[in-house]
Amino acid sequence: MKKEVLFSLKGLYREPFEIEGYRFGGGEKSACIVGAMRGNEMQQLYICSQLIKVLKELEAHDAISHNHEILVVPSVNQYSMNVGKRFWALDNQDINRTFPGNSEGDTTKQIAAALFEQVKGYSYGMQFASFYMQGDFIPHVRMMETGYQSASLANLFGLPYVVIRKPKPMDTVTLNYNWQMNGTNAFSIYTNSTDAVDDKSARQAVSSVLRFLTRMGIVKYNNHSGYIASVINEYDLLAVKTYDAGFYRRLKNPGDPVKHGETIAEVIDPHEGEVTSQIISQTDGIVFFAHTAPMVMGNEVVYKIIRRMHE
Amino acid sequence: MIEEVVSVELPVHERLIIKKNRLEPKEMTGREKRISICTGTHGDELDGQYVCYEIVRRINQHPECLKGIIDIYPSVNPLGLDTGTRGIPMFDLDMNRVFPGDNNGAMAEYIASGIVNDIIGSDICLDIHSSNIFVKEVPQVRLNEEDSDKLLPFAKMMNADFVWIYSSITVLEATLAYSLNHMGVPTLVVEMGVGNRITNCYCEQILDGIFHMMKEMGIWTGDTKEVQPPIISTEGEVRFLSAMETGIFVSAIENTGTVEMGAHIGDIIDPIEGRILQHIESPIKGIVFTIRENPVVYKGALLARVYGGRN
Repeated sequence: MKKEVLFSLKGLYREPFEIEGYRFGGGEKSACIVGAMRGNEMQQLYICSQLIKVLKELEAHDAISHNHEILVVPSVNQYSMNVGKRFWALDNQDINRTFPGNSEGDTTKQIAAALFEQVKGYSYGMQFASFYMQGDFIPHVRMMETGYQSASLANLFGLPYVVIRKPKPMDTVTLNYNWQMNGTNAFSIYTNSTDAVDDKSARQAVSSVLRFLTRMGIVKYNNHSGYIASVINEYDLLAVKTYDAGFYRRLKNPGDPVKHGETIAEVIDPHEGEVTSQIISQTDGIVFFAHTAPMVMGNEVVYKIIRRMHE
Repeated sequence: MIEEVVSVELPVHERLIIKKNRLEPKEMTGREKRISICTGTHGDELDGQYVCYEIVRRINQHPECLKGIIDIYPSVNPLGLDTGTRGIPMFDLDMNRVFPGDNNGAMAEYIASGIVNDIIGSDICLDIHSSNIFVKEVPQVRLNEEDSDKLLPFAKMMNADFVWIYSSITVLEATLAYSLNHMGVPTLVVEMGVGNRITNCYCEQILDGIFHMMKEMGIWTGDTKEVQPPIISTEGEVRFLSAMETGIFVSAIENTGTVEMGAHIGDIIDPIEGRILQHIESPIKGIVFTIRENPVVYKGALLARVYGGRN
């Protein structure tokens, strides 16, 4: 393993901001893995740390295949993480909304440009990502529908689901999108946590990446075959919304089956404690996304359900 | 008449409401032109508040001169304005990166969709901004070059100092102006002043432009002032001056305005070592139309923009 500084920026009174990369193997640029890009992505950082630990062991046992290089970038924004901010601490810019970046642009654009320069050109790009909606997902691999996406490749991670997302304008400035447009097969891997470490799903994420790398001949590792994924289109997920605002009582978890007409959540008046509305499933299916916060707003998406899917 | 455009119930007995004030002639013909004026997308941009107030005040003084419909949306991001937060407070999300929105999406996308649907049908829309807390801007109109043929005649009516036509970059696709222009509503972005402040003279200047435009469009028949022709960016070149070092920027110029080539714009200093890290001079003779206000700069931070004519 070779640890190196990929980008450095002098702080005013803080120690320099540095993006560190961990390079394994050598030769062809095979796989690049990027972790926490926002200051609250603790789980994403933790997963990378666990992955680096395993890759070190594999390299020590000569289990990185010849002529394959793997680059892991565990943290792109520790300056924010260290001060409890989600985005770039000075101007609140989201680095994952500035790709491909601009080496002569604002600070975050320079960071994105420098990172992109280092991570582009790999055959496979993986990012441990977080979603802008507060909630839990079934662990899955997500790809943008850019015309270059390959669901069959995404299947090789062995996670239960592959989700294809039609990019919205705001997606076109993410790392994943720009990777794909630049010829890298890019995957975003979602586990069921962001702000807190969930060891079980972190292990699942690490295993899924190792499974993929093994199947692509990049590492030699023996692990479980995982799932044959169901490929779903994000737009086919049924969004279930609240009617009222208040305390939220969730009755189903990601992965749970639901029946048409079944009560799947309740909203409680925050002052009087009465149940003001029940959320009823409008379909048979499997819960894919579930809201986590203790309270909800009116007309808020609290579930996304895979329609007519059974366990 | 003040109307609710879209609303969302917040968790504890409060509603987030997007309001508009519709001003229309007493007697309608059915052929009235309609102008929409939006502001408050970023909670730290306040010039638009004064502009809205002044339009309503002037119209109310002379309602007989109103021959068209004026829709005023003073707070696209009401929670941001009320809390002094640039983005949407709960999500740390930039409201101007979620357009055109999604009726089935998260709260911000739902609100954005409601606003866009309400504006559609306008003959023109103005989206008024006040830069941010970092840089001060002279009154200017910004156009995406792909819409410039259609929008430039309107932009010239606005009494702005400067019309900046710039090439499209992807992130702009998620803005209100980009979305509306692609939905058939000609939309101009007005930038002026600096965040968290009202620069009265800039507001008055743009107000003269708005009333002039409304007169040209047959919306207003009252008195208006002569407007100045703006400088158009494509007739010359715009030079960006950025921080090459992290430090404290001390401006050497009092304000925006004309500078000679080589004029001292400012210095980036290192307070602990008592030395100048970067001495900034204007690379061209021209007009400084953007100048840094917040002295803390990281490498890459924008310090000034200078426009120089072709001669």
